Amino acid sequence: MALHSITAHGMPELQGHHDVHHEEHWFLKYCWSTDHKMIAKQYLVTGLLMALIGGFFAYVFRWQLAFPNQPVPFFGVVTPASYNMMITQHGTIMIFYVAMPVLLAAFGNYLIPLMVGADDMVFPRLNRASYQVFLISSVILIWSFFVPGGGFGGAWTAYPPLSAGSQYNLTPSGSTLWVVAVAVEFVAFLMGGINFIVTAMNARAPGMKFVDVPLAVWMIVIASVMFMMSVGPLIAGSVMLVMDQNFGTHFFDPRTGGDPVLWQHLFWFFGHPEVYVVLLPALGFLAEILPVFSRKKLFGYRTLLYSSIGTACLSFFVWAHHQFISGIDPRMANVFAATTVLISIPIAEIMFVFIATLYRSSIQFTVPMLWALSFVAEFLVGGVTGIFLGASGADIHFHDTYFVLAHFHYTFFPIAIIGSFAGLTYWFPKMFGRHLNEGLGRVHFWITIISFNFIWMPLFFTGIMGDHRRIYSFANFPDLMTPDRILLREISSVATAVMGIAQVLFFANFFWSMYKGRKAEDNPYNANTLEWRCPSPPPHGNFAVMPTVYRSPYEYNHPDREVDFWPQDEPPAGQGELRPEGAH
Amino acid sequence: MSGQIIATGRSAAGMPTGKLAVWMVIASEIPIFGGILAPYLMHRIGHPDWGQMAASLNVWIGTFNTGLLVTSSLFAMLAHAAAERGDGPLAAARLRLAAYGGLVFLCIKAYEWYAKISHDHVPQTGTFYGYYFSATGLHGIHILAGVAILLAIAAQAEKGKNLQRVELIGIYWHFVDVVWFFLFHIFYIIR
Repeated sequence: MALHSITAHGMPELQGHHDVHHEEHWFLKYCWSTDHKMIAKQYLVTGLLMALIGGFFAYVFRWQLAFPNQPVPFFGVVTPASYNMMITQHGTIMIFYVAMPVLLAAFGNYLIPLMVGADDMVFPRLNRASYQVFLISSVILIWSFFVPGGGFGGAWTAYPPLSAGSQYNLTPSGSTLWVVAVAVEFVAFLMGGINFIVTAMNARAPGMKFVDVPLAVWMIVIASVMFMMSVGPLIAGSVMLVMDQNFGTHFFDPRTGGDPVLWQHLFWFFGHPEVYVVLLPALGFLAEILPVFSRKKLFGYRTLLYSSIGTACLSFFVWAHHQFISGIDPRMANVFAATTVLISIPIAEIMFVFIATLYRSSIQFTVPMLWALSFVAEFLVGGVTGIFLGASGADIHFHDTYFVLAHFHYTFFPIAIIGSFAGLTYWFPKMFGRHLNEGLGRVHFWITIISFNFIWMPLFFTGIMGDHRRIYSFANFPDLMTPDRILLREISSVATAVMGIAQVLFFANFFWSMYKGRKAEDNPYNANTLEWRCPSPPPHGNFAVMPTVYRSPYEYNHPDREVDFWPQDEPPAGQGELRPEGAH
Repeated sequence: MSGQIIATGRSAAGMPTGKLAVWMVIASEIPIFGGILAPYLMHRIGHPDWGQMAASLNVWIGTFNTGLLVTSSLFAMLAHAAAERGDGPLAAARLRLAAYGGLVFLCIKAYEWYAKISHDHVPQTGTFYGYYFSATGLHGIHILAGVAILLAIAAQAEKGKNLQRVELIGIYWHFVDVVWFFLFHIFYIIR
């Protein structure tokens, strides 16, 4: 330990960074920066670009489903191969290249150092490398669409034997590139995740106890830990799948002692915790946004924290509910049905914490607050319909129908899209130093939310009526071409197009406000957390004076105070401005 | 650049940042190896016939390699002891010995692989060999990376720089060692 004492405590902290950087070359500034805020923006921009690709694919195949075999506007005729490729890549992109980079990587990078009162991540160069590896993986994925045979089309879950042999999937290069892209991305997020966890554990400002850490940071850290514990088997599985595809092994081939269900175990052992990996950061944003715009202390900090940890632990024991009809032992299905229903208890608790925070508060319906409230409403539908699928008996009927799709889009859309918009609209003034246009934001919010419900509510019904999710053209199934089903499908597809067009409003607002928006104050919402205690946007090094923390982040409308907020780093009355480092 | 970062120097959790990170790396590596070893064990239980293929592995070579890695780990520990006393050159010399142990291990492993392949004991002829080659290959990559890092840290320790890193690579090197114990037992010993 003697060795570390000098490096660990020898640095004088109180004066912080004084920005002495001269004007850097644009490449160094935007592409080679080690500043956590710039890396966050790199992740954000990449994620938003990927969202456009993933969203466009959704529009194309939704149009094909409603109007089979007719040319899709702005695309053309959808072939079976391109349909398969697009549904596969839509799933891959939206989970791995939108939800993960935006919710976890972009916001994790941006918020963790600012919220814990540090000047950067603990390993800034590792952080830069993490984004670069992620970028390489995105390039590999997009490249895979254009190789001979086209992109991989065996669904984002890549079940063998379909994914394991090119004689089945007909995409000899595309399927391997897909696995490689995903595996490389996991490496990037492992590097990033280790950085997140160590930063939040070790680089907290003096005085910041575990229960003073804002829940957005907690949630991102719990998500990173979950990712770290769950992704390993899938990395191993990816290696095995690549070997099956290219080197003639038979890990997933039953003819020589392999087992195709093994892949399903490896995939879902990661895949189900992954749902919570992206859910928790979004819940963390809500825990920041709801108290600020209801001007009330968060109800039950510890309840929320412990519920999240409980969710995280339970989520490792639910994976086989994806495999109820894969030929697993029915006794095992009972166990997994029970754990699946159990996990709704901590999640319900979290929802109650949010609702109790809102109870008898003075709600301000700002744009971020609208997104946060809509999250609670929409996610509820996703959660409740999940109970149907978690019950192994009912799942036999619902499996692989549009009911399943509607269910998980009612969870993933709130997470990936609503959560991202909530976070973006809330922290935009801090990120770019300017306010978004409020009116445009509202119009965008309402069109997006209404069209979302028009997309997915009808598909619950088509699913119950038996629409199978793997059908490329319903025209080939006359039994499924009844007028009521066709109408429901058309409503859904037209709503998809409407939602896509509405995103023009968001991007216009985003880029216009970045340059022309109203200038933002340092703390426009009178919030308590530390990121609002430095300039908007924060300079390299974040804080002029490194903060010391005195209290929990959610002290709104405290009875002893005249103003309705109480920043975490404001010294208690009668105490000096600064405490020396180490005085806890 | 990163040397001026205040965050890196803090240790609010009571452990130096580098050490905490190494433990996190190990925590994320365990599920990767677990992801390949758990399916192997499950399949192994269901396939008693794999015992014949396992019998083709040479226990004596495996035992020698195990001894080699343990000795190598011992030198990594001795290097840590030297670094604690501030003796950079001695720490560097011991780290290099540890690295050479890893290199000899890899050479022997390469001979083993060669012998297997020349007897047509390849992944295509049996899923047991698929697991054997994947698991020992994955482990070999970790040895190779460990050797490179050992040598790089030895070069720094020689000049008395970054002596705290001697302990960090030691932790990682022990971990790679422990993984080998598992591989040795479930591939070589169990028949």
